[in-house]
Amino acid sequence: MSAESTDLNIIKPSPLGRKGGARPLKLSGLEPLVITPESNFINVGERTNVAGSRKFLRLIKEEKYDEALEVAREQVENGAQIIDVNMDDGLIDGKEAMVKFLNLVVAEPDIARVPIMIDSSKWEIIEAGLQVVQGKCVVNSISLKEGEQEFIENAKKIKRYGAAVIVMAFDEVGQADNYERRIEIAKRSYDILVNKVKFPPEDIIFDLNIFPVGTGMEEHRKNAVDFIEGTKWVKENLPYCSVSGGVSNVSFSFRGNNPVREAMHSVFLYHAIKAGMNIGIVNPSMLEVYDEIPKDLLEHVEDVILDRRDDATERLLDFAENVVGRKKENKVDLSWRENPLQDRITHALVKGIDAYILEDIEEARQQAEKPLEVIEGPLMIGMNVVGDLFGSGKMFLPQVVKSARVMKKAVAHLLPYIEAAKKAPKPPKGEQYWQTADPALYGKMKEFARRMRYEKSTRAESKLWEALSGKKLEGYKFRRQHIIGSYISDFVCLREKLVIEVDGLIHELPEHKLSDEERTAWLEDQGFRVIRFTNHQVLQNLDFVLETILKKLKQAPPSGVGGAGKVLLATVKGDVHDIGKNIVSVVLGCNNYEIIDLGVMVPPEKIIETAKKEQVDVIGLSGLITPSLDEMVFLAKEMERQDFSVPLLIGGATTSKAHTAVKIDPQYKHAVAHVNDASRAVTVVGDLLKESTREKYKNELKEQYDKFRKNFNKRSKVKSFLSIEEARKNKFKIDWDRAPITRPAELGIQVIEDFDLNKLVDYIDWSPFFRSWDLHGRYPDILNDEKVGEQAQSLFKDAQALLKRILDERLLKARAVFGLFEANSIHDDDIEIEYQEDSGEKTAVFRTLRQQLKKHGEQPNFALADFVAPKESQIQDYLGCFCVTTGFGTQELAEKFEKDHDDYNSIMIKALADRLAEAFAEYLHERVRKEHWGYASKENLSNEELIKEEYKGIRPAPGYPACPDHLEKLSIWEVLKVKERIGVELTESLAMWPAASVSGYYFVNPEARYFGLGKIKEDQVKDYAERKGISLEKAEKWLNPNIAD
Amino acid sequence: MSKIEELLSKKILILDGAMGTMLQEYKFSEEDFRGKRFADWPVSLKGNNDLLSLTQPEAIATIHRKYFEAGADIVETNTFSGTTIAMADYKMEELVYELNYESARIAKEVAQEVTAENPQKPRFVAGAIGPTNKTASMSPDVNDPGFRAISFEELKVAYKQQAKALIDGGVDVLLVETVFDTLNAKAALFAIDELKEELNADIPVMVSGTITDASGRTLSGQTAEAFLISVSHIPLLSIGFNCALGAKQLTPHLEAVARNTEFGVSAYPNAGLPNAFGEYDQDAQEMSNQIREYLEKGLVNILGGCCGTTPKHIKAIAEIARDYKPRKIKLQRHAELVSASQNTENQS
Repeated sequence: MSAESTDLNIIKPSPLGRKGGARPLKLSGLEPLVITPESNFINVGERTNVAGSRKFLRLIKEEKYDEALEVAREQVENGAQIIDVNMDDGLIDGKEAMVKFLNLVVAEPDIARVPIMIDSSKWEIIEAGLQVVQGKCVVNSISLKEGEQEFIENAKKIKRYGAAVIVMAFDEVGQADNYERRIEIAKRSYDILVNKVKFPPEDIIFDLNIFPVGTGMEEHRKNAVDFIEGTKWVKENLPYCSVSGGVSNVSFSFRGNNPVREAMHSVFLYHAIKAGMNIGIVNPSMLEVYDEIPKDLLEHVEDVILDRRDDATERLLDFAENVVGRKKENKVDLSWRENPLQDRITHALVKGIDAYILEDIEEARQQAEKPLEVIEGPLMIGMNVVGDLFGSGKMFLPQVVKSARVMKKAVAHLLPYIEAAKKAPKPPKGEQYWQTADPALYGKMKEFARRMRYEKSTRAESKLWEALSGKKLEGYKFRRQHIIGSYISDFVCLREKLVIEVDGLIHELPEHKLSDEERTAWLEDQGFRVIRFTNHQVLQNLDFVLETILKKLKQAPPSGVGGAGKVLLATVKGDVHDIGKNIVSVVLGCNNYEIIDLGVMVPPEKIIETAKKEQVDVIGLSGLITPSLDEMVFLAKEMERQDFSVPLLIGGATTSKAHTAVKIDPQYKHAVAHVNDASRAVTVVGDLLKESTREKYKNELKEQYDKFRKNFNKRSKVKSFLSIEEARKNKFKIDWDRAPITRPAELGIQVIEDFDLNKLVDYIDWSPFFRSWDLHGRYPDILNDEKVGEQAQSLFKDAQALLKRILDERLLKARAVFGLFEANSIHDDDIEIEYQEDSGEKTAVFRTLRQQLKKHGEQPNFALADFVAPKESQIQDYLGCFCVTTGFGTQELAEKFEKDHDDYNSIMIKALADRLAEAFAEYLHERVRKEHWGYASKENLSNEELIKEEYKGIRPAPGYPACPDHLEKLSIWEVLKVKERIGVELTESLAMWPAASVSGYYFVNPEARYFGLGKIKEDQVKDYAERKGISLEKAEKWLNPNIAD
Repeated sequence: MSKIEELLSKKILILDGAMGTMLQEYKFSEEDFRGKRFADWPVSLKGNNDLLSLTQPEAIATIHRKYFEAGADIVETNTFSGTTIAMADYKMEELVYELNYESARIAKEVAQEVTAENPQKPRFVAGAIGPTNKTASMSPDVNDPGFRAISFEELKVAYKQQAKALIDGGVDVLLVETVFDTLNAKAALFAIDELKEELNADIPVMVSGTITDASGRTLSGQTAEAFLISVSHIPLLSIGFNCALGAKQLTPHLEAVARNTEFGVSAYPNAGLPNAFGEYDQDAQEMSNQIREYLEKGLVNILGGCCGTTPKHIKAIAEIARDYKPRKIKLQRHAELVSASQNTENQS
C-alpha cells in the first residue's frame, strides 16, 4: 500500500459512526473484504474507468486488453481495495467490453483477490457484469432518478445477484446539491430499500455527490461542507450503511495544478472521513499526505473546502500560481527490475507479469548460444520455481496458468529464431543417404559431391578416408562427402551424428557461401557434433586424429534438436476434468513440443490409434476421478501389448506416485513417469526425450518406482492370508472312495512324429488369431463385424491362403510327446508319479502351489495336487503330461518372408503356427480323453465346445495361473525327455522353443478345474523351495509375481 | 418456520453419506444402468448414477433407508448431476425433470415410511443440486482466459428446472452442494430465489462449498470466508463444506465460516483423503474421532459424510453427535430486522 493511502488509515471515522461490527459491509473477491466502523478508509481504484482515464479508454477501444489488465493490476498493487470498472463510452459496446474485461480480470488472481465495483449508468451493463463475477460486488450505481419502480426492480435483482449497491443522491427531481436534498433522498432511498426490497442495510452505500469547490460560483461554495455534513447525518440516522464518493471532483476547477489538487483531495478526505465517509474513489497518486501539505497551502485549501472565508477561492487561486508542480514517481514496485536476468525472468513467471518478459528474453537470447537454450535454461529454471510453489500449495491453479501465458509469450518471441536455425530439413536417423540433404539443392549438390569425392579429394582426406572407410574404426560407419541440408560434410557418422571436417577443401557452393562457423552452428542445431582437423594434423598425426574421433564417438550425442517432439495428451475415458492436462499442454507447447490433445473422455483405442498414426514421442494421460486410475493401468498394458516404447506420463489429481509405481509402471517396460504437477512436465519430458539423458532418466525412474513399490508393498496392509498349513487344512476335498478313477488304456510315454497338420485345421480357435492382429471380436462373428469385418475378412483370406500353402507344401512340422502315469499326491501339495526310463522304474515329483488368500465362507484353497488321490488313501490315481509343437519350420519361413520384405506374411506364419500348436494341444487332449486314457470315450464335442473347455479334465500349463511356476516345465522335460524326443527346448527364461509349442499336465478327475493361484506368502515359498530342493532365492525369483508381502 | 429449521436449533442434524460409494457396491453393468427403458439409448449410460433412480429405483430406496437406519435425519436425493448441463453428456437433457422428480419422490417415500416407524424422529429429504460439469467463472481454455463454456443465464435456467422438479417431487430442503465455482452456486441461488417467489414457497436452502486442496481455496480461487460472503445474500438454513477433504483437513475452513456466519453450519467431509489408489479408507471410528473436534469446538449444526462414507460412518457420527449441543445460531428472518430509519433511536 502506498504511503498516501496509509495516511488515510490514520484518519478514523467519526465516533458518531455506528458502534460494533454487528452488521459490517462484507464484500469479496477471491478474498474477503469486511468493512466495519473500525475499518480504515476503503480506497476504490478508479483507473479502470473509461470515463475517468483516457489511457484506459484508449486501451479498451484498441482492444489492448492485456495492457488494460495491467492498469487494474497496478491499482491493486498500489493499494486499491476495490476496483471500479466502467465502460460507459459512446464509442464502445459497453456491455461487451464489461463482460470481456471482467472475464479477464477474474482470471488474474492478483487482481481478482479484491472485490469489483461494477460501474455503469446502464442497467444492462451492470447486470451483465454481475453475471460474470463470483465474488460479492458493488453496483455503482442506482438511484430514484427514474422513479421508485425501476429503483425497486433493480435493487431486487442486485440483492438476488448478491451485491452491495451504491445509491446516488438523485431522484425524479434531480441531483441532490445541498444538505437538505442529500438527506431527503438518502432517507427515502434507504427506507424503500430496507423496508420494501428487504435490502440488507449494511449493503447500502450512499454516494452523496461530491461537487467541485473553488469554481468561483457562489452556489458551489458549500459543496464540500454540505457533503461532509450530509455524510454525518446519514451515518447517524441510517444504520449500518456506508458513504462513498468520487473525490477528484472536488478539485475539478484546479485541473492542471496537481499539487493543489492533491492537497485538496487530502484535506477533503480528512474531513469527510471524520464525518463517516468510509469508502471513496481516489487516485492514490493524486493524493498528498495530509501531514506533508505545507502549512500555508493547507490553510488556503481548508478555507476553500470548509468554506471558511468569502475570499477563500481567490486566495487559493492566487496562491496556487506559486505552487510548482512536481512529478510523482510511479508507485508500482519495480525494484525487481534491478535484479539479475534470471531473477527477473523467474519473478515474471512466478508473478505472471508479462510486461517486461520480451525485453528480458531478448537479453537472454543474445547472451545464449542458441535460442533454444533460453527455453531450456532461464525459462525452465523459472518454471521449476513455479512448479515447486504450486506443488507446495503456495500458488494455485489460475496463477500457474498465468505463468504459462508469460512463458508462451517468451517462447513466441524465441520461435522465429529457433525456426530460422532449423530452416533446412531435419537430419536423419541414418537410414537413407539422401534423407539428410535439402531436396531442392540435392541434384546440384549430388553432382558436386561426386566430383569432390572422386576428383578433388585432398591427400589428407584420402588418408583419413582410408582409416575410416569400411567400418575400420571400431565398426563405426562413416560416409564421405555426404550432403546434409545445404552443406556437404567431409565425413559423417550418421548414427552418432558426428561430422568431421578437414580444412583445406572448397566447401561452398557458389550460392551458399557461408562461413565454417555458421555451418558448424547450423549442424549443431541439427543435433550434429562437428570436429575439425587440419590437413597437417591428418597427414602428420593420424593416430591423434583417430583417437579424438573415437573419443567423440563414444560420448553421448548432444541433446535433441529444435522441434522437440510430439506429445499426445488425453484425459482418459469416463473422465471430464482437464484443467491440469490443459496446463501441461500449454507448458509443453511453449517448449516447442507439438501437442496432440485428444481432449477428455478419450477411449483407450483412440489414444493408441492416434499415438500410432501420429508417431508421437510421448503419451500423457490425465484423470481426476478414481476410475481413471484403472483406465491408465489398462492403457499401460495396451501400450506394452502393442509394443509401444514411448514414455508414458501420468498426471491428474487422483494419480499418485504410489499408484503409478505399484500399478502402472510394472505394466509397461518403457518409461513411465508420474508428473505430480503440470509445471514439472517440461523437465520430465525433456529428460525423457533428450538423447543424452533419456536412458539414464528412464532407468532412474524405473529404479525409483521399483524401490517405491517394494517399500509400498512392505507397508501395505496385510491382506488376510492363511498360513500354508492352514491353507492345506482348507484344501479342496474330493471323496476319493467315490471318485471315478479310470486306469489309462495306454500307460507310459508316446511320441507322435510328423503329425498330419490337416487334421488340426478344424481344431483351430481363430479368435486369438484376430486378436494378435488387433482385430477384436469373436470368430466367426468378427468377419461380419461392422467396424473390423472387412479387415478381418481380408486377413482371414490371406491366412487361409498361407495355411493352404503350409498344408500343401508341408512347411511346418507337428510333433508331440505325452505320457500317462501312475500318480498320487503326497504331502498335500506334491504329486508323485512312476515312470519307466531305460527299462527302470523311476519316480518324479511335480510340485504344485496352493492358494493362500483367505476365502469367503466354504471356499477351499486350491492346489492342483488336490485333484489327484493322496497316497494315504491307497487308491491308485493317474496323471498325464505333454508337449506339442507345430513350430518347426516357422523361423525359416519367417526369415524367408522378411528377406523379401514381406513382413506381413512373416508375422502371419508365426501367428498361424501358434494357432496350430494350440489346435494340436486341443486335438491331442481329445485323443487322450477318448483313446489313450480313454476315460471319456463317449465324449462328442463340437469344436466350439472344445474351445469353451466343456470336457471333463483339465490341461493346465506351467507358467499359467493355476501353476505359475515355469520351473515345473523342467520336470516335464525330464520325465518326457521332450528335447530328446521331439526337439522342443527350453530357453534360459524357460520359454519353449520353437515358440509355437504347448506343454502341460492332464488332470482327469471330474472335479478338476482351472483356478488362479493368486498371491502366496513367504512361508509357502520357503516350503516350496525346500520341497524342490532349490535355494529360497531362486524360488523367490521365479515366484516373484505371486508373492505377497 | 419449517420443522427442519426448528429442529436445527435443538439438535445436530445428521445428513446421509455417499450415494456413489454405496452404488459402487452394486457393480451395475451398462445393461443395469440402461434398464429396459433405455436399452437402445444411443450413448453409454454406465456411470450415470442419477439415472438409477429410474432404472434401479429399489437400489436407491434401499440406500436411503440404510442411511436413515444408520441415524440420518436428512437424506440427499440422487440428483447430483440432475441438470440439462450435466446430463448433456448422456444426451438426457429431456429427462431432467423426471429424474429429479422421481429421485425426490423415492427419497420422500422412504423418509415418510421411516418417520411413520418412529414419529419421534422426523426424517427429511434434501434435494441435491450439484455443481454441473462446467464453470461459469473459469475458462476451460488456458490460451483464452476470457472464454466461458457456460453462462450465468444458462446455469440459472438449468438450476431452476432442477429445483422446480425437486420441489414438485417433495423435498423438504434444497442443497446446493459441492460448489467449486461460486458463480455457479450464485446462479443456482438466483434461480431458487426466483422460484420461491414464483411458487410463493419458502423452502429452506443449504449451501455447501468445496475447498479443493492445500491452498485452502475453492477451485475458483476463493477463500472460505470469501465464499461465505459471496453466497450469504440469500437466507440459508446452513452453509458449510463437503467433499475433497477429510474431516481433519476441513476444520480450519469450518472455523472460518462458523466464526463469520449467523446461518447454520454444515460439514460432510470425505472419509479422509483418498489413498494412492483413489480409495477412501478412513473407517467410521477414525472419521468420527476427527469430527469430535467440530463438536468440541461447537462448529456445526449439520453433519454427514461425502465420498467414501457409508452407513457405518453415519452411524458413528450420529452416535457421537448425540452427546453434543449444536452450534448456537440466530435464525434470522429479514422481517425481524429493525432497520428502517424511523427506528434508529433504538439502534445505537
